[in-house]
Amino acid sequence: MSDALTVPVSSTATAVELTGITKTYPGVIANADVTVRVAAGTVHAIVGENGAGKSTLMKILYGATRPDHGTMQVDGRPVTFSSPSDAIDVGIGMVFQHFKLAENLSVLDNVILGAEPMRRSRFGSIDRDLAAERITRISVQYRLAVDPHAMIRDLGVGARQRVELIKVLFRGAKVLILDEPTALLTVHEASDLLSQIRGLCQDGLTVLFISHHLDEVLGVSDAITVMRRGEVVATVVPAEIEQQELAVMMVGAEPAELPRRALGGTRPPLLELRGLSATRDGGGRIDGLDLTVGAGEIVGIAGVEGNGQDELVEAILGVLDLDQGQIVLEGEDLTNTATAERLRMGIGCIPQDRQREGVLLDQPLWMSQMLGHLHDPNFRRGPWLRMASVRRAAAAVVADADVRVPSIDISAAALSGGNQQKFIVGRELAADPKVLIAAQPTRGVDVGAQRQIWTRLVEAAERGTGIMIVSADLEELMSLSDRIAVMARGQIVAIYDATDATVAAIGSSMTVGAT
Amino acid sequence: MSEGSPVEGFIKRVLSPARLGSMSLHAAAVALSLLFAVTVLGLILAAYGTRPSAVIDVVGEYALTGPGWVAIVNKSTTYFLAGLAAAVGFRMYLFNIGIDGQYRLGVFAAAVVGGALGLPMLLQIPLMILVACLVAGAYAAIAAYLRAERGVSEVISTIMLNAIATGVISYLLSPKRFGVLEDGSSNVQTALIPESGRLPAISIPGAGEVYGFTVIAVIIGILYWLVTERSRFGFELTATGSAPRAALLSGTNPRRMVMITLIASGALAGTVGLPELLGSTHRYGISFPSGLAWVGLSIAIVGRNHPVGVALGALLWAFLERCALPLDLLGVPKEVISVVQASVVLAVVAMYELVHQISERRERRRAAAFARPAAPQGSPA
Amino acid sequence: MTITTKRWGMLVLGGLVLASSAAHIANAPDLTSAGLAGATLRFTVPILLAGLGGLWAEKSGTLNIGLEGMMIIGSWTGAWVGMSSGPWAALLGGLVGGALVGLLHAVITLAWGVDQAIAGIVINMAAIGAVRFLSSVTFANEQGGSISQSPGLEQLPLVSVPFADSVLRPIGGWDVPVLSDAASLVRGLATNVSVGTILAFLLVPLTWWVLARTRFGLHVRACGENPSAADSLGVSPYRIRYLSQTISGAFAGLGGAYLVVVASSLYREGQVGGRGFIGLATLVFGNWTPGGVLGGSLLFGFTDALSTRQAASVEALLLIGGTVLVARAGWLIYRQRRESAIWHLAFGIPVLLWFAFGSSVPKELVGIAPYLTTLVVLAVARQALRPPSAIGVTYRRSEE
Repeated sequence: MSDALTVPVSSTATAVELTGITKTYPGVIANADVTVRVAAGTVHAIVGENGAGKSTLMKILYGATRPDHGTMQVDGRPVTFSSPSDAIDVGIGMVFQHFKLAENLSVLDNVILGAEPMRRSRFGSIDRDLAAERITRISVQYRLAVDPHAMIRDLGVGARQRVELIKVLFRGAKVLILDEPTALLTVHEASDLLSQIRGLCQDGLTVLFISHHLDEVLGVSDAITVMRRGEVVATVVPAEIEQQELAVMMVGAEPAELPRRALGGTRPPLLELRGLSATRDGGGRIDGLDLTVGAGEIVGIAGVEGNGQDELVEAILGVLDLDQGQIVLEGEDLTNTATAERLRMGIGCIPQDRQREGVLLDQPLWMSQMLGHLHDPNFRRGPWLRMASVRRAAAAVVADADVRVPSIDISAAALSGGNQQKFIVGRELAADPKVLIAAQPTRGVDVGAQRQIWTRLVEAAERGTGIMIVSADLEELMSLSDRIAVMARGQIVAIYDATDATVAAIGSSMTVGAT
Repeated sequence: MSEGSPVEGFIKRVLSPARLGSMSLHAAAVALSLLFAVTVLGLILAAYGTRPSAVIDVVGEYALTGPGWVAIVNKSTTYFLAGLAAAVGFRMYLFNIGIDGQYRLGVFAAAVVGGALGLPMLLQIPLMILVACLVAGAYAAIAAYLRAERGVSEVISTIMLNAIATGVISYLLSPKRFGVLEDGSSNVQTALIPESGRLPAISIPGAGEVYGFTVIAVIIGILYWLVTERSRFGFELTATGSAPRAALLSGTNPRRMVMITLIASGALAGTVGLPELLGSTHRYGISFPSGLAWVGLSIAIVGRNHPVGVALGALLWAFLERCALPLDLLGVPKEVISVVQASVVLAVVAMYELVHQISERRERRRAAAFARPAAPQGSPA
Repeated sequence: MTITTKRWGMLVLGGLVLASSAAHIANAPDLTSAGLAGATLRFTVPILLAGLGGLWAEKSGTLNIGLEGMMIIGSWTGAWVGMSSGPWAALLGGLVGGALVGLLHAVITLAWGVDQAIAGIVINMAAIGAVRFLSSVTFANEQGGSISQSPGLEQLPLVSVPFADSVLRPIGGWDVPVLSDAASLVRGLATNVSVGTILAFLLVPLTWWVLARTRFGLHVRACGENPSAADSLGVSPYRIRYLSQTISGAFAGLGGAYLVVVASSLYREGQVGGRGFIGLATLVFGNWTPGGVLGGSLLFGFTDALSTRQAASVEALLLIGGTVLVARAGWLIYRQRRESAIWHLAFGIPVLLWFAFGSSVPKELVGIAPYLTTLVVLAVARQALRPPSAIGVTYRRSEE
């Protein structure tokens, strides 16, 4: 139910109007009677928690999906899209949160794909010179610096995003949809982007932007639509609202009391990483990294993705071989031990990609109980498995972690992301590890499940488990950690105590020489 | 969800509604595939003007009799073993097309060793089995090593190795080396294996003799099931095939898995020629066909890598081939059977995919409905 | 490492010197004969066409293991059509036959969502059975035919560069090292070459041009690298893959047809003999480029041709192969890539030892030369390969 408080001022022309959009998936109402009016030449933000329905709405606007009910108008004319091509034809361009770029092709090839300028003479051949010229022109006009002949695989995140923007501008987009554009950027790059967005609007383009970074949204938008649970809560003007109010609208209540930590006191070191250096085939690396995690301590690892966090996790697990350095667990040197042995010795891991690394998607849920826990004496009798025991353990995890499934025989793929994550967290905590590495433990998980997971992590720490949380969610790190270490370029560049940690300080540390 | 006695638990698990539903879906898939294949056969027969009743008569006369069944069971033992060998690799998305070369090298080595020694049966036969498995496994190890350490696709490497094996065997089989040319025969074979190297057959009165090795094959099948479903190694195998990253992070060494799996597949392939060698021919010669790799792969696909499925698939394949000769007598070329077999595999493969998608969608719906319907679940919207 | 013209020149010269010396040392004059050169062309083309077929499929993200089956069907349909309508029709027949199987592969993997590798395997099996059956109802009823071979077929016309024979033959007879060898080789490549061969070689630059320069080519490559990106821009991976797999089958079918009207003059069961898979190997060797596929095909075609000639030539091959491997091992050690070097030595040294001390290669083993070469090349191939990123993954347009 739309509850428009104030309509954006000044422009009379409406670039995009979505009316009564409803879309359901099996068991989920993604959008319920959503109405949004976007004025031409403005920046209009859509905010909401994970699961609020923002992405679905944008997919509908982009033609990737069709609504069950409702209508759309672009520039005053009613439209229906059967595919993204239709939306592109009408001037809508989307920049996805996870870039859709072909690594082994050049910037030029990626940009012109599907809209190639052709040479009139030789049949079927592309006019690359014309394309390069056009790209350069756009690049200069909107201050989006790129080299058309560079290969995508050689470009960093910021450059790739510029390529994505040029991609939509190349097609003559008048309405740009940006899905969480600052998610992977450093604080500096993010503010650059935001000013570029304002620049785009001054040229007459309309920008729709999805985010849950309320401060950015307030800083750059002309209007904000708040969504929650598939519905529009309100559409407001930034000048007339406070961030706190916005947050309340987003979440639906005062943000729940975050679990308070009994901080302070010294803790005996549990996991010591000394001078770790390692390189992965793809180029990612860690370089002389030192860190200690004490018993019962929660250490957060902050940093822009791609600065060595993945390599750090893999090195601790033993999947990535060290070039130099030592890993010591409770005094024992693990540096040359195999992964299976390290898990047996008490290291647990919540992997960052739950679908590929945390569960066996096409197998019954209970089988995933054994992942990483084959060494558990309850699960085995010599080389054989004790199926009944495994099933009992899986059932216990399901019950304790509030995983909502009708049975443990259902395949893991059938579960929602949140339930999969709850299962994984529950499985790891049930084993009572000495050290737990949690990589993005609540990514893509709804607020309720997130709070549950946070609570369980804190409880585990109270019991003496040393926890290392690698996360892109600064709020998560700040709520839970005793200390926050900031990674950049494969090293730890700063460590903050919980009391000293502020978003500003951490943010600026992250940008120090970050990739 | 508490479990009572193990038997209760077993029954609950095997006969749970979900499991039964899944099994019946798969059975329906196979039935539909067979229907498709029979339709194809029917069309071809119609083109030849053969009446279906004539076919049924002839099939009944030749295939569905006592001796017919014995021949079918005997042939299916060979196919069953080939299917298991393929299935071992399939569980990890490894395609061991080298079963052909591996099995022939294995049975050749066993024949040579068996023909050269005259140990008592209790030693002779296990020795021959061992030799077959070792040689075949070692040959598979080449492809295994290339795949594990150099990333060479096992599809290409095993096919190359098959061709190389053919050359090596023909080299070794010449009369100057291990071959023997008996008077009156124009085919070179290995030396005849003495009595002690012949596995006694199971005599079925009025029907014929079933290979003794069939019993061993059943035991191998049971072992296969135990290892893949009930052992830690079996779990690691499943995990590596289903989610290689997850397996890696939980301590499974992928290279080790590839090596063990392909070598095991090879060792199993080594047994493929033994039913015939120990049971009827007693020497290696041209009667050992190539092309068994494809049969094994087909059967593994149809049987979904499960020993019971593979066994049923092997029986089906052997039955179809038994029907080839009578069809020939009716004027329909017996090669039509290969077309029928191909149709079965094609149809099965499509059907299984359909079944997979249906059951996945069903499960998702069930899971989503179970969770509180008011709150949209946490998947990124 | 881009291959410049100068580098090409050096490679060719080096190869010539190597071949010439090996021919003398191993007493294998046939190694540098015109006959072998001509045979090399004939053996290269099927592999080349299979390789190009594989390239078309894999560039769009589809693993095409069914190439062998497509070649088999192409060889059959080529023979069947060629029986009644001549060799040019045979080529067309092979192309169409292969294309149809390629289309079938597309239907299985795209419409039914079956795993690509399994689809390929099923097609290979089905092909073997199908041609046997089809032969039994066609060739078996013709004179000279049976269930495993067709009657004799008319071959494609041969062409020669004018004056090549009269000029080069005498030079070849002078017995001057390198020069005479070069003359013989060129003579073999320039005289009595089938038009089919020329056609096939022309398909290489054509493939390159389409893939690199045209819109369709870009669409294909994009679908192979990131089908989701292509889809989001209105380029349907489904449509592109349907097309590319059909093209892939057409190339393979053409290769099969070539076997029956150029490389030989009839269809025979087992003729394809694994060349579809060797074609796949050229993709790896050639790093998924048309030029690389050509290079790989020449290499494998050369060893294939060798295996049908004198045993002495095969021994010369041992000498050449062993020398190249050991030499490259030395270069790799210099470049500090020790692991790769060890592999090269592991193959190179035994091969050289065999040449030096072993008795002549037994005739049964001569035939394995191309397969062994392929295996060795794959084993020592460099690691920095760039296959298209989305290969082998079934693309599903997700609704959620």
